[in-house]
Amino acid sequence: MKKFSISSSPHLKSQDTTPGIMLELCITLIPLYGISFFYFGWSAIWMGIAAVLGSVLPEYLTNKSGLKDRSSILTGLLLALTLPPGFPLWMAFLGGFVSVSLGKLIWGGLGQNMFNPALVGRAFLQSAFPTAITTWANPEGWSNWVTGHNLAIPFLQGKALTGITGATPLSAWKFEHTSTNLNELLTGDVSGSLGETAAVLILLIGVYLYIRKIITWRIPITILLTTAVLVGVLHFIFPDRIPEIPLALFSGGLLFGTIYMATDPVSSPLAPGGQFVFGIGVAVLIVLIRYFGGLPEGVMYAILIMNAFTPLINRWIKIKPYGHK
Amino acid sequence: MKAPATFKHGIHPDDHKYLTKDREIERIPFSKNYLLPLQQHIGKPSIPVVKKGEYVKRGQLIAKADGFVSVALHAPVDGTIEKIERFKGPKGVEQEAISITTDLYSSQHIQTTPPPAYSELTFAEFIEHIQNAGIVGLGGAAFPSHVKFSIPKDKKCTVFMLNGCECEPYLTSDHRLMLEYAEETLEGMMILNHFLQAEQLYVAVEDNKPESIQKLIEVKNQKGYPIQIVPLKTKYPQGAEKMMITAILGQELPSGKLPIDLGVIVSNVGTSVAISQYFRSGTPLIERIVTITGESLIKPSNLLIPIGTPLREVIQYCGGEESQISHLILGGPMMGNVQKSLEVPVIKGTSGVLVKGVENVLDFQQYNCIRCGKCVEACPMFLNPAQLGTLGKKGFWEEMEEEHLFDCFECGSCSYVCPSGIPLVQTFRMAKEHLRRVKQKNSTPK
Repeated sequence: MKKFSISSSPHLKSQDTTPGIMLELCITLIPLYGISFFYFGWSAIWMGIAAVLGSVLPEYLTNKSGLKDRSSILTGLLLALTLPPGFPLWMAFLGGFVSVSLGKLIWGGLGQNMFNPALVGRAFLQSAFPTAITTWANPEGWSNWVTGHNLAIPFLQGKALTGITGATPLSAWKFEHTSTNLNELLTGDVSGSLGETAAVLILLIGVYLYIRKIITWRIPITILLTTAVLVGVLHFIFPDRIPEIPLALFSGGLLFGTIYMATDPVSSPLAPGGQFVFGIGVAVLIVLIRYFGGLPEGVMYAILIMNAFTPLINRWIKIKPYGHK
Repeated sequence: MKAPATFKHGIHPDDHKYLTKDREIERIPFSKNYLLPLQQHIGKPSIPVVKKGEYVKRGQLIAKADGFVSVALHAPVDGTIEKIERFKGPKGVEQEAISITTDLYSSQHIQTTPPPAYSELTFAEFIEHIQNAGIVGLGGAAFPSHVKFSIPKDKKCTVFMLNGCECEPYLTSDHRLMLEYAEETLEGMMILNHFLQAEQLYVAVEDNKPESIQKLIEVKNQKGYPIQIVPLKTKYPQGAEKMMITAILGQELPSGKLPIDLGVIVSNVGTSVAISQYFRSGTPLIERIVTITGESLIKPSNLLIPIGTPLREVIQYCGGEESQISHLILGGPMMGNVQKSLEVPVIKGTSGVLVKGVENVLDFQQYNCIRCGKCVEACPMFLNPAQLGTLGKKGFWEEMEEEHLFDCFECGSCSYVCPSGIPLVQTFRMAKEHLRRVKQKNSTPK
């Protein structure tokens, strides 16, 4: 007599899978790489490859099954987009390696980490190579095969090239008090990290990710609204220290960090209430660091600090179960 | 038109109802033998009143109720009692069952005497009648109907709802029943309400069954019944009692309370039809409508099946090939139970039989939880399945209880949506069972 298989219900399953979500996120980065290529040249592609090679290496060395979920590829792709165009490729590779090894694997792998892995990698690079990571290239078109120090040899001082460093909209505001044209900000024709310059494109991708239910609206909207309100009020009080709202929202890594990093489900709160708190926290920290601290940009540290608060927020703010009101 | 009422959260699985929704109910030919477990309902098993070798008539009492929370059982055919012995039932537990060999020369014409008109009965007599007719909730749980309708003295039923949501994918038996037995559905409700005296009467149907809704409204208008037919949004698990109450009344059923604490009684549409048929002809509950479905069947159908019919006959009738079956599920795909073999019978609580072919077996790889929150957005009870799952993986049962594990009614939405393929509801079931055993152990004196 034939015996049928035994399993516990449910016997239906949605089509969504974790590797599928990771792949889709990777695919949404293609337009950003495209526009980055358009403005900064081949460096965008080389940087992406270098960071991804670095990020999948620790998975390959430790546990090959970790490659299957594709999250390390995503980490590498994200990291490269947060780096300056003329960044040495070997440093990008190292950053990718640190992202996944220190940002994820030592915590216990996918889903176990406390901090966003790509930002852990970037924080490492920022403290290890502070000059390289703040050396910005101007957007000079796609025909450039290499930009800046891309080909620097590891651990040797790169030769200073003149005429290629430019000011980002944020540093221009912070150190020179000059504002950047809004059109340039929206289209991305400014200097900055590879993937964070084209505001309009990032916003469109954010909408797509929301419609596809890969990210929720709560964290990004809270960050953007809180930043807008804070900057609006502060600009009124300190007009020469705080820029106007559009410059604050559309410059630097704010949009990119908001859409791709702050929404990382692993390191952000689960409950809707907690997500609001997280978003407000990120926005307050961004404003504090950018306009009252020593650095021109604060998105990375703001998100990392709130990542640290996530377990606490999860503990404090819980979902109220049905029938317990 | 205003949007149909619903509850918050829930999921939208493909409903697969196209397989059988237009298949008219047909009667399956009589089987050569029947197997009738003595406990098909929640409560105490029935007590046999027949002996081995005895000839029984279709509709004759073969086992009587044992106490209040128990119901009677009747012969589904004219035939001979073959034996009364233990067998492994559909829930995997061994229990007593009566087997009957069909009298192949009988006309199988049912001879029953109709009960007195319900309007002449007292509430207590009415309750006794439906207990003796073996009527239980036909939605799946098979809770004795007379117990549900015996309202405690200090409570009053103000809202009476019939559940025709049928939110489980694949199943269409309630849909066909409402369409083809619309009069009986509403008549049963009016009979019940003669005793319940509720002020508001609702029949809730998910809006993916417009034909049923249309038909019920027609009959209601024709007869002038004071019943509201409420289309609800098609969303799983809309048919769960709590979700239905929330959708229709806009209020939550407090944790640990029964609907009657809010003055609400919810009953399945099939139960209402069974009651109406009993008062029309005196026929006790000896058959029910079951959806037999699955992509691998040649002829998926809605069948009127005598209780006790072996699944082998049913599957054969629908063109199923035993060697091609991978999973055999009693009930719907979201909450149904799998069966190991075709040797189990259709019982009173069988609303559907879903056959999964060997070619469409779910095979999913498990990944770590990425806390994407899809399960949180799905859980109709507003629990945090991700967190419960993490606790469960570590064996923190007591902590799970603190996180409201026992509010989970195991609808399976969390496991359905989980992109990492984590067996969430399966873990919760285990945790509940573990906690129950611990409590039982602690409460029994040494």
